[in-house]
Amino acid sequence: MIQIQGLNKSFNGKKVLDGVDLEVRTGETMVIIGTSGCGKSVLLRHIIGLMRPDRGSVSVDGTELNRIGKRDLYQLRKRFGMLFQGSALFDSLSVEDNVALGLRQHTALTREEIGEKVESKLGMVGMAGSGKLMPAELSGGMKKRVGLARALSMDPEYVLYDEPTTGLDPISADRINDLMAGLQEKLRITSVVVTHDMVSAGRVADRIAMLHQGRIIFCGTPQEIKKSPDERIQRFIRGEAD
Amino acid sequence: MLLRGSAGDDGAKLNRDQSSYVRAVGRAVITGFQQWGSAFILLGRIVLSLRHLPRQFEQVVLQMMAMGVHSLPVVVFSAVFTGMVAAVQAAYQMQGLVPSIWLGTGICRAILTELGPVLTALVVAGRVGSGIAAELGTMKVTEQIDALETMAVDPVEHLVMPRFVAGAVMSPVLTIFANFIALIGGWLVAVLSVGITTQVYLDGLRFHFHTRDLMGGIIKSIFFGVIIATSGCFHGFAAEGGAAGVGRAATKAVVAAAVMILIFDYIVSAWIFR
Repeated sequence: MIQIQGLNKSFNGKKVLDGVDLEVRTGETMVIIGTSGCGKSVLLRHIIGLMRPDRGSVSVDGTELNRIGKRDLYQLRKRFGMLFQGSALFDSLSVEDNVALGLRQHTALTREEIGEKVESKLGMVGMAGSGKLMPAELSGGMKKRVGLARALSMDPEYVLYDEPTTGLDPISADRINDLMAGLQEKLRITSVVVTHDMVSAGRVADRIAMLHQGRIIFCGTPQEIKKSPDERIQRFIRGEAD
Repeated sequence: MLLRGSAGDDGAKLNRDQSSYVRAVGRAVITGFQQWGSAFILLGRIVLSLRHLPRQFEQVVLQMMAMGVHSLPVVVFSAVFTGMVAAVQAAYQMQGLVPSIWLGTGICRAILTELGPVLTALVVAGRVGSGIAAELGTMKVTEQIDALETMAVDPVEHLVMPRFVAGAVMSPVLTIFANFIALIGGWLVAVLSVGITTQVYLDGLRFHFHTRDLMGGIIKSIFFGVIIATSGCFHGFAAEGGAAGVGRAATKAVVAAAVMILIFDYIVSAWIFR
């Protein structure tokens, strides 16, 4: 379980997160929505310890990220996978090396075992047989899928998705949504998805939280958010400007 | 009234200018200290990560290839001309003053102690230092460094330490090559242009040859290799703001490395060649 309490973060005096409270239950998919630049990605980066809060805390299964050293933080991160908005594939490495990197660094698996595992993860995201390709040879959607295979390589308990469908055509976006929903069904991983794509949110979310002006203004099921009387939420769902 | 008002405005403007000047200087000093502090912290982290050297051996070999083997053509090319210029200059300086047997001696000492290590380092800084900064800078702005972090892979251990080790090992190797090639360049000019025989040139090289000169130059080159790698990594990691930021990081890496090479050239020379 991920618990976020009173999280505050400012950049150059500008408050981005202003007392965020959120709980992500084990096994659920929590989708965080909000307008571009509202701090969703900043929130996600706090969850995996890439950023330190000015105030407040993030705890994973009772371990407060702020209170642990680098070694323990790295141990904790081995239980996470993260899909970045731009995929963040290592462009000097082939697809299979990208997916294998974590396994080579953290496990005692043989070269053959790693190869099998990499191929199985690539198969899971529909990219079997593409291990020898370089990231520059992949389309945006393929990069996201490889990024997802890399995020899943260490069989994580938690997967964080940063804008998984942004920049993709509707068909590629739909394929990514299918993948996320399918993986969730198969592996029961705890997932946190940051997006402003309401179609994606509706497809994968167990619960949706809306971040607005640095605070969570709503947290509930996809059905509940549709019925919310809050005008700010309804405008966001309908895609209407203020 | 008008005049008094104008003088008052001028005084206030002067005060504002002075205080903004003081603020700018203060900000520059603080930024300078922050940069030095961050660089030393990075250096400390690199040293600590050296204990994981066996785990990163493959990366180290790859970096040695990139920094050493791939730099060889440009180093050889510049070394030939360095030796040739050294011979022309030595012949010109000695003209009518010193017997030509000393030509080889002068060239040899200049190349081994100074020209070989320093010019090789400056060439490598331009080629490798900027490359490291651009590569790591691109990784930084495209979140690849963050991706490593999320995979519990320490970027300093995985990216910086192998470059640091490769720099420390390959810089002296390149310097030895450069020394040898530069001496050949000097020989070409000595024989073809100055008109002394090969035997006289070689006698000059042997005469007054001190192992300390050679070793001093090599010790310098180890420092230079470390400076080039560390500067490239430091500025690459500090890159921000897309392509322009990466370009700025590459420029800063080369400039900082060149300045540090010259400073350390003096420090190490003063220490070794007393």
